Amino acid sequence: MTTVLAPPKPQAAVRFASLLAGDKRYKILEAHIKKFQHRQDALIEVLHKAQELFGYLEDDVLRYTAWQLKLPASRVYGVATFYHFFTLKPQGEHTCVVCLGTACYVKGANKILAAVEGRTHIRPGETTPDNKLSLLTARCIGACGIAPAVVYDGTVTPRQTAETTLAQINQWVAP
Amino acid sequence: MTLNDLQQTKDAELAARKRIVLRCCLAASCSSSGSKGVKERLEKAVSEAGLQGEVEVRGVGCMKLCCEGPLVAADPANTLYVKVTPDNAAAIIAALRGGKCTLPQADPGSPFFALQEAIVLANCGVIDPERIEAYIAADGYLALHEVLAEMAPKEVVDAIVKSGLRGRGGAGFPTGLKWGTVAKSPGAKKYIICNADEGDPGAFMDRSVLESDPHLVLEGMAIAAYAVGADQGFIYVRAEYPLAISRLQNAIRQAKRVGLLGSGIFESPFNFNVDIRIGAGAFVCGEETALMASVEGKRGTPRPRPPFPAERGLWDCPTLINNVETFANVAPILRRGADWFAGIGTEKSKGTKVFALAGKIRNTGLIEVPMGTPLRRIVEQMGGGAPAGGAIKAVQTGGPSGGCIPAPHLDTPVDYESLTKLGSIMGSGGMIVMDETTRMVDVARFFMEFCMDESCGKCIPCRAGTVQMHQLLEKILARRATARDLAKLEELCDMVRNTSLCGLGQTAPNPVLSTLRFFRNEYEELLQPELHAAPPLTAKA
Amino acid sequence: MAAKTLIIDGKQVSAENHTTILQAATDNGIAIPTLCHLEGVYDVGACRLCIVEVKGTAKLLPACTTRIYEGMEVTTDSERLRKYRRMTLELLFAERNHICAVCVANGHCELQALAYGLGMDHVRYDYCNPAWAVDASHRFMGMDHNRCILCTRCVRVCWHIEGAGTKNVAGRGTKSRIISDLNEPWGDSTTCTSCGKCVLACPTGALFHKGDTAGESVRDRSKLGFIVNAREKQQWTV
Repeated sequence: MTTVLAPPKPQAAVRFASLLAGDKRYKILEAHIKKFQHRQDALIEVLHKAQELFGYLEDDVLRYTAWQLKLPASRVYGVATFYHFFTLKPQGEHTCVVCLGTACYVKGANKILAAVEGRTHIRPGETTPDNKLSLLTARCIGACGIAPAVVYDGTVTPRQTAETTLAQINQWVAP
Repeated sequence: MTLNDLQQTKDAELAARKRIVLRCCLAASCSSSGSKGVKERLEKAVSEAGLQGEVEVRGVGCMKLCCEGPLVAADPANTLYVKVTPDNAAAIIAALRGGKCTLPQADPGSPFFALQEAIVLANCGVIDPERIEAYIAADGYLALHEVLAEMAPKEVVDAIVKSGLRGRGGAGFPTGLKWGTVAKSPGAKKYIICNADEGDPGAFMDRSVLESDPHLVLEGMAIAAYAVGADQGFIYVRAEYPLAISRLQNAIRQAKRVGLLGSGIFESPFNFNVDIRIGAGAFVCGEETALMASVEGKRGTPRPRPPFPAERGLWDCPTLINNVETFANVAPILRRGADWFAGIGTEKSKGTKVFALAGKIRNTGLIEVPMGTPLRRIVEQMGGGAPAGGAIKAVQTGGPSGGCIPAPHLDTPVDYESLTKLGSIMGSGGMIVMDETTRMVDVARFFMEFCMDESCGKCIPCRAGTVQMHQLLEKILARRATARDLAKLEELCDMVRNTSLCGLGQTAPNPVLSTLRFFRNEYEELLQPELHAAPPLTAKA
Repeated sequence: MAAKTLIIDGKQVSAENHTTILQAATDNGIAIPTLCHLEGVYDVGACRLCIVEVKGTAKLLPACTTRIYEGMEVTTDSERLRKYRRMTLELLFAERNHICAVCVANGHCELQALAYGLGMDHVRYDYCNPAWAVDASHRFMGMDHNRCILCTRCVRVCWHIEGAGTKNVAGRGTKSRIISDLNEPWGDSTTCTSCGKCVLACPTGALFHKGDTAGESVRDRSKLGFIVNAREKQQWTV
């Protein structure tokens, strides 16, 4: 009887080579990681950059980050899911972030949120089926002086109402 | 950089100053109302009128009256234009030439401004936060020079002790004591952390300070580093504050370039570097041990104290953690003397406190008042009371860790002890005014939901207790709860407060407890009678 | 090594400097309820069952992470502490789906034993009834998230004794859960060495050996301490 040894697994470097070759965003991420000298404590900064580049943190990006920082995948996943700023799901074309800070809340942010939910039939953290809009909420964006505030595609907009918000959303979402 | 260089920079800056300055607020609130466009149009109007030699259009940080933004101030006439649109630019320029102006204005002599005492916010809305020269012209980095040239580290700590400064992050721990502990802790490597993870909903003081006067914070950190023997600092900022982050990055770059950060500062052996760490949306990271875990790139879960960060903090090294506003007080204290600072405020709470005034109130924005100012003066005189003649019902301070102070207690002076006595806390400075339309049980539920979402999940009382308390509050609001449920809620509040691992859990019940204390009737009105009499106690097997 | 004397539950005891209240109590035959503490790995002070009263301190302190000092007066058992501990257990039982009658750990479960010991005979809170899955993809072991109490003992043994770093906590708050690698099925893990230490460490029936009956799922946790002692002190004390 001959002993059959399992073939050795391809080196991580080989596995990630195709990623690096096929997508130049990985090159940019690699440069960023080098800037931090592959320091493990830079994990959160690297994830910030990765999300900026890719829009969300897909599994391959997390695996690549773990490999580059020589961290277990479980650690990278644990950190990425602890912080609400990171998203592991692709976002829609547009984002609408309703601030639910105290000042916005006492000035009716919950009514704005209810109106958007009613209009789009999605809940915070979800994206419309046609991928047009992601609805998010924030725990105070520090714009309390102009409450209630809503952030449309990154632009903070002051003194919103259910009507103004729907007017904005309607430009993005199919009727 | 030498003292001479500092003086020369200041002289050059002052010499280049033009006769008339139009200050245009570019902080987050005003810029979201379109102040960038206002500034551009003002610049264009100035050059069209051929006034470039006489008029400077200056982008500045927060001008405090956020609800009326975008704001533009004209110096030296001391005119404050409110709700300015780009189309108003021409009229503002015309007014400079003595023309009649019908644009809406706010009165800079009104109580909102007149009752403020600016230490932390002295440069806020006055200088250009993107130019280090502007900060130097306002006597910036003079205190750092004096400390490095003339004071021993111990003397710096003593000065802070003498000033009576207490932590502005919420708990009010004496700052000098903390510095002294870190200074005495053995260790070759020490760290300074500036906590700018301003997570309390309704608070935007730290954001405004960082956006309006970033060098003030950097100078305070450098002085602290010298006092405790650290050479590396971190500023932990929330990702929700992109403008604050970019202004800080810019400020650090400029300070490094002129040698006010880096090695051999002011030609002394003192080295100090600052790096920015960007948070990623976790309220619990405002807790110092969780914040340190996050700086180390880990899940931001707290750990039991002791050991305190002052003994074993970042990477197990002695670490000094202070809040933005605390660091912002340091340079003024050293420049003007500990006695001057100790002369402001009350016996146990010295200096001033910055508050973010928001909610159901006429004037929302940023205020800085001496400690001990009665709450009534803040909300009624400065804030202008509830809008449209409504009545103020309560003022919420301290965010999710604080409580609601009811209207009959508005004469309470604002200091650490008085607020604690009322079951609230000073907190970081968020002040949300609530009027008659606000339902207090709903407010309690709002904060409990916040704590439930933000609980890190490490310890059981906070992780599972907040869920149960939230469920009970939902049940009460849905009019499905009985007196027994309310008793259960109170029992849980007591348990979670006493057994949780960190400050988040220990203070999570505060909004419930304080609303129960002052507005118990609102809870009781929602209760249902018991359907069945209490079941007989079953004998234990 | 300097010794310190302190009073635990009215009994004068002495213990080495730098030991914890829990260690000093255990060495002197005083039992303090624990759940996240595990011999062989560092303490996290998370379960809050070992909280004790210390004279002169208003706060309750976790015995597992609080160091002793000379003259310390500790109370490990009082009506108040028992009430808080019972409530902690109630909260745990309400949080996920702990049904002893159908659990493989029935009779060998630390959670169950604590509930008996502290007289927690019913839960007054509404059950959350979450729908957690069971990961049975591994060849020898399984994980039932419904029975997990998030004590992180499995994570700590995986990282600090085995050194594999397969397990970790993901998510946060009540949605926290134990994962393998990149939240992959345990059976697909490329880092798991199938050493079984996590099963050994688990206080409940959340982690189990496949095919074990309830009677067979007794765990010899002293093995964990044995390994650590052998590795760190080069002493093989069976």
